[in-house]
Amino acid sequence: MSAILRLEGVHTNIAQYQVLHGVSLDVPEGGVHVILGRNGAGKTTTLRTIMGLWKARLGTIQFRGQDIAQLGTPDIARLGIAFVPENMGIFGGLTVEENMRLATHDGSFDTERLARIHAIFPAIKQFWAKPAHALSGGQKQMLAVSRAIIEKRDLILIDEPTKGLAPSIIRNMIVAFREIAEETTILLVEQNFHFAKALGQTVAVIDDGRIVHRGSMTELVEDAGLQSRFLSLSLEAH
Amino acid sequence: MSDTSIPFRTRMSAGIDRFGGVMLLPVVLAFIAFVLIGQPSTWATLTIAGLAMGMMIFLMASGLSLIFGLMDVLNFGHSAFVTAGAFIGATVLAWLGFWVTGGNPALNLAGLLLAIAAATIFGALAGWFFERVVIKPVYQDHLRQILITVGALIVAEELILLIWGGAPIPVPRPAVLTGSIVFAGVSVEIYRIFAFLLGLVVYVAMYLVLNRTRLGLLIRAGVENREMVEALGFRIDRLFILVFMAGSALAAMGGAMWAGYQGLITAALGSEMMILVFIVVIIGGLGSIQGSLLGALLVGLMANYVAFLVPKMALASNMLLMMAILLWRPYGLLPAVKR
Amino acid sequence: MSMARNSSALASKSLRGSAISATWPGRLVVYGAVALIGLALALAPFLFPDVRSQEVAARICVFIVLVASYDLLIGYTGIVSFAHTMFFGLGAYGTAIALKTMGPGFEAILLGGGLGVVAALVLALLIGLLSLRVKAIFFAMVTLSAASVMMVLASQLSDFTGGEDGITYSIPRLFSPAFELLSDAEGKAVRLFGVPLNGKIALYYFVFISALVLFLAMMRIVASPLGSVLKAIRENELRAEAIGYRVVFYRTTIFCIAAGIAACAGILRAVWLKYTGPDVVLSFDIMIDILLMVVIGGMGTMLGAVIGVVLMTLAQYYLKDLMALGAEATGSLPLVPDLLYPERWLLWLGLGFILLVYFFPSGIVGTLLGKGGQK
Repeated sequence: MSAILRLEGVHTNIAQYQVLHGVSLDVPEGGVHVILGRNGAGKTTTLRTIMGLWKARLGTIQFRGQDIAQLGTPDIARLGIAFVPENMGIFGGLTVEENMRLATHDGSFDTERLARIHAIFPAIKQFWAKPAHALSGGQKQMLAVSRAIIEKRDLILIDEPTKGLAPSIIRNMIVAFREIAEETTILLVEQNFHFAKALGQTVAVIDDGRIVHRGSMTELVEDAGLQSRFLSLSLEAH
Repeated sequence: MSDTSIPFRTRMSAGIDRFGGVMLLPVVLAFIAFVLIGQPSTWATLTIAGLAMGMMIFLMASGLSLIFGLMDVLNFGHSAFVTAGAFIGATVLAWLGFWVTGGNPALNLAGLLLAIAAATIFGALAGWFFERVVIKPVYQDHLRQILITVGALIVAEELILLIWGGAPIPVPRPAVLTGSIVFAGVSVEIYRIFAFLLGLVVYVAMYLVLNRTRLGLLIRAGVENREMVEALGFRIDRLFILVFMAGSALAAMGGAMWAGYQGLITAALGSEMMILVFIVVIIGGLGSIQGSLLGALLVGLMANYVAFLVPKMALASNMLLMMAILLWRPYGLLPAVKR
Repeated sequence: MSMARNSSALASKSLRGSAISATWPGRLVVYGAVALIGLALALAPFLFPDVRSQEVAARICVFIVLVASYDLLIGYTGIVSFAHTMFFGLGAYGTAIALKTMGPGFEAILLGGGLGVVAALVLALLIGLLSLRVKAIFFAMVTLSAASVMMVLASQLSDFTGGEDGITYSIPRLFSPAFELLSDAEGKAVRLFGVPLNGKIALYYFVFISALVLFLAMMRIVASPLGSVLKAIRENELRAEAIGYRVVFYRTTIFCIAAGIAACAGILRAVWLKYTGPDVVLSFDIMIDILLMVVIGGMGTMLGAVIGVVLMTLAQYYLKDLMALGAEATGSLPLVPDLLYPERWLLWLGLGFILLVYFFPSGIVGTLLGKGGQK
């Protein structure tokens, strides 16, 4: 499998605090790949560094072989990388439609894609003309994900999509993500192991700004020893 | 506000919203004033004066509010654009001489529009310079931003003093807009009608750009969350320059209009207006032009009514209005960002 | 939005410079200069007995208190307020009105000044609770509006405040030049180093010692636990809140303290000048002066207030003379004399200020000590 995204020795500082101490990671093309880790381990920082929202101080980030570590966020986005931040980044004062329209490159929708999104997330269709701040937490998350897939992207970065969602909504999300992963690559940051287990093909565990384990999800699921070693560490917050 | 707001409040505000919500406030204010003043013709004159003043303040405030909302930059130098606009407008009017003061209404109007255009264009250019040179290096750093813009304000005011001097300068008013018309027993200054209409045109234009164009969509989104706009692939810095230029141009336009309204201007004009402008931006809510319009009309009406009823309280009344509104809605009446 | 707020807090942190340890020469210069200034102020009546120098020295004493109290806000807490002259003015006007109506006595200073301080505290509490929970910029606007209204009120309530003309009044006899602290056999004031020990000296030392006490109190505050909490909030508001600090409470507290101290400085100013008017205590120019002084000296360093005030005040009093000379000397050239005209000195100050904020955001003291924060 070729890697669509490759991080090598990425160091990121936020002010004088060093948050990432050399993250190295390969994200294979296609499927869902998960970064697990406890609060403050550097998960969000990793995604934000890839997106260029925080600049890597050291190390390289290659997307399809091109170094993007020093590009600006808009340029990174235009390479075909979408980002669903932890707070979902919904524009509450805009309608659902306007939120979606903003995510298209020229303001027009591919009707076939839109229909598919409406089928995956009926709430998007239902609240199409409503202001987004009126949506529930789960619906906002659906909007954030829909916005990321309104045009074909090569890579979608998603930060803790299950945070604060009800189990029934999480089950819907799993189905949706499986469908989305058929045409694109998803890099998912999670604390919820059950969600990660249901979706992930590969998994990386991050702790204290370093990747401490990399492997396939099946390996981690089957090996109780690995789980107790890394998941007590990654999931102690739950 | 959180999702767990008190049901009673929700019901109450839903009830108010059904009748136009906070947009009704100017109407309520006008009604109270009507009762207190008692003479319909005086009340009508004051109301029109208040609306005209409100519209001119709106010109100055809307740009500041948008810049503030989109870039999180409070430009204390904004008042320098207002002052510069006033002086450039006055200078151009004086240059055009007979165009403005002569008997030909078309030339009168052309002269005035030229003066306003000159001020506006200057505002846009100065805004471009300001954004690039003064503010760009200190984005994201509020403390230094405030300091730098205050420093820039000092320099700009000194430059204005250097060029135009400290003495008051008379502003020729176009002949066609001089005097009043009497309608149903109410005497109305023509210039006020013109000011009101110009403000209205600008408001409608801004409203259409913000709500009907992709650029407007981007600006509204940027006001809420700059980072996400960038993560969607848009260069927000280009948006910043554009909005900054537009905001500065509007400030200069408002300054030029205000100069014509006052008839006599000094270099302190901008800083005097700025207090009202700040109050408007605060009570209207950051980053929303509807809020700016609402705030400006409230402040304009309040200033005129109170100046008639209790002259000494004119400015203090607006301050009290601001305090009351902050107590009621800490983020202003119509903030752009829904919480 | 939380990320944006976070990163802006972080950005403002980075301006305070990296935590390079203080360099010895820098320290020596700063502490030496401050010690020298302290000494000069303590002996000012004897070192510089002329009237103008006395005025300069007293103004420096009062402004050190005023600017240091402002530094509590802008430097130590990251609050930008434009209402500091309002509090200064409340103290001054309270004293002035009491002295005018009750006659020149210490009870008038105590009562009037006390009421002024209380008014400042109440107003600060109101403004703080009302608007310190929102963004820094927002607070700057609210305080600016409040200060402007106070300015208008002071000029409009002329029955009370003397309007634009202000109030002149007498001060206790102990402080008048005619009063002799020590008299010799001939009934004349005893001279020390050729300077008569009269009420004027007593007045100066009243101002100097009060200012010194207030300044030391502020040094104590920034070294106290309250000081560390404020610093934590300034560095990272969200984290401080997460740890459990009630941010609004602490900010309001320091805002009230700074307001109270500014009002005390106002009392000193009123007593020294025997005159209180909008120009000397309320005007926006004074607010700008305070801002310039604190930034030039160095935000978040109490000693910066001392250096900033001394430099600015000396410049205000003596640089203008120089500029006048320059304007005369270049009188034949176009434009140059206009630029050198003493009234234009603010232009140069403004430009210098902008450059300073760009290149030396931690001010003179901060730069010399190699850091911006407290020692």
